[in-house]
Amino acid sequence: MSLISNATVLFGKELRTEFRSRELLTTTVVFVLMVVVLFSFTFDPSSTESRRFAPGLLWLAFLFAASLMLQPCFLREQTNDTLSALRLSVSDPFAIFLAKLAANTLFLLITELLMLPVFSILFNIPVGSVVGSLVLVFFLGSLGISVTGTALSAISAQARMRELLLPILLLPLLTPVLIASTEATAALLDPAPAFRRDWIGFLAVFDIVFLTALWLFGEYLLEE
Amino acid sequence: MTQDAIAGALVLLLLGADAYASFFVAPTEATMGPIQRIFYLHVGSAWTGLTCFLICFIANLLYVFRRRPRWDWLGVASAEVGLAFTTVVLVTGPIWAHPVWGIWWTWDARLTSTFVLWLLYVSYLLLRTLIEEPDRRALFSALFGIFAFLDVPLVFGAIRWWRTQHPQPVIMGGPGSGLQPTMRWVLLFSWVALLGLMTLLLRHRYRLEAMRGELQMIEREVEGA
Repeated sequence: MSLISNATVLFGKELRTEFRSRELLTTTVVFVLMVVVLFSFTFDPSSTESRRFAPGLLWLAFLFAASLMLQPCFLREQTNDTLSALRLSVSDPFAIFLAKLAANTLFLLITELLMLPVFSILFNIPVGSVVGSLVLVFFLGSLGISVTGTALSAISAQARMRELLLPILLLPLLTPVLIASTEATAALLDPAPAFRRDWIGFLAVFDIVFLTALWLFGEYLLEE
Repeated sequence: MTQDAIAGALVLLLLGADAYASFFVAPTEATMGPIQRIFYLHVGSAWTGLTCFLICFIANLLYVFRRRPRWDWLGVASAEVGLAFTTVVLVTGPIWAHPVWGIWWTWDARLTSTFVLWLLYVSYLLLRTLIEEPDRRALFSALFGIFAFLDVPLVFGAIRWWRTQHPQPVIMGGPGSGLQPTMRWVLLFSWVALLGLMTLLLRHRYRLEAMRGELQMIEREVEGA
């Protein structure tokens, strides 16, 4: 049980750090907004095509935003020299990852939910009737991004050119998440909305596979 | 030295026999004609590349648990050799596709997932160049290698599933379960020959990495003294 209680305390610490400045969330929201607007110049958003393009565009924007947002996750601990203290404070190093990935999932989810109405208005796609299912897809997708992203940000923090390295490591790894969440979102935004159990199940499988991997290998990721 | 020469000659012989088998033993495919013979190199390389990545995954696991430098050397050697074979797949694919489908590239399920696989291992090697300290480089690249390999079945599954739901731009009259027996034997032989080449390359690359590791160790000792 110490794992859960340790993780809860650390999760509180992550939230406090973020909500003191709110710099991560604000920057990410602005970034996603910018990408969505810039993307709309590359095709005609008023056409019926937008329904086909929009979900992919949205997830691509989330993916790029996440690969930037996850940068400071371990870098902050490194520059402040707090990683050793953090490791000494918990009995199971997985608690550190659990807290960080929960916080990252939450931040991503907040960003996505803030963007949803804007997106709906800009691309003229009503989302009201499927909000519940959309939130589920957003949650499973964000969890997948956060699990792998948190692990890889611990790796990229050790390297040179880390700002450039994290997206390069992360984006190919997230191809399955991109495909599954785009397909699931597209099906929900269709004029005849469909709840795609297969893709949503696939997202859950991805999350479980990498959560298990992180649980098994997390302690090695924190070695100095 | 003589051992190397014999092994090299043997692999060369195997590859020669493989080329002969692909060109003269295997029957000509009915609809595609002679161009289909590239299939033996194409699929053989794909399987060999995957074998390399499996070796890389095992080496990565062993490094994380045992921490012997030799597993790190095997890891980088197999990733590089695997990448070379995957590059052959990505080059022979379009060469085959152009006369048959009329286009160089199509976002076909298998081509696309091989491309993502290629990108994954390119980033593995890229990561290695960006960490200076040898022990740290070995550990963190091994961990990334493990994550990357776990991702491979998910990538293949997702892309395959995704593609089958879209109308295919071209129907692949591809080899499947209904492969003609001679063709199957030639393909298996081709794989064996390429595995021979893989072993040879792995051995040399591993030795090079081992020498590099020892050189670094000596350099550090000299600096310390």
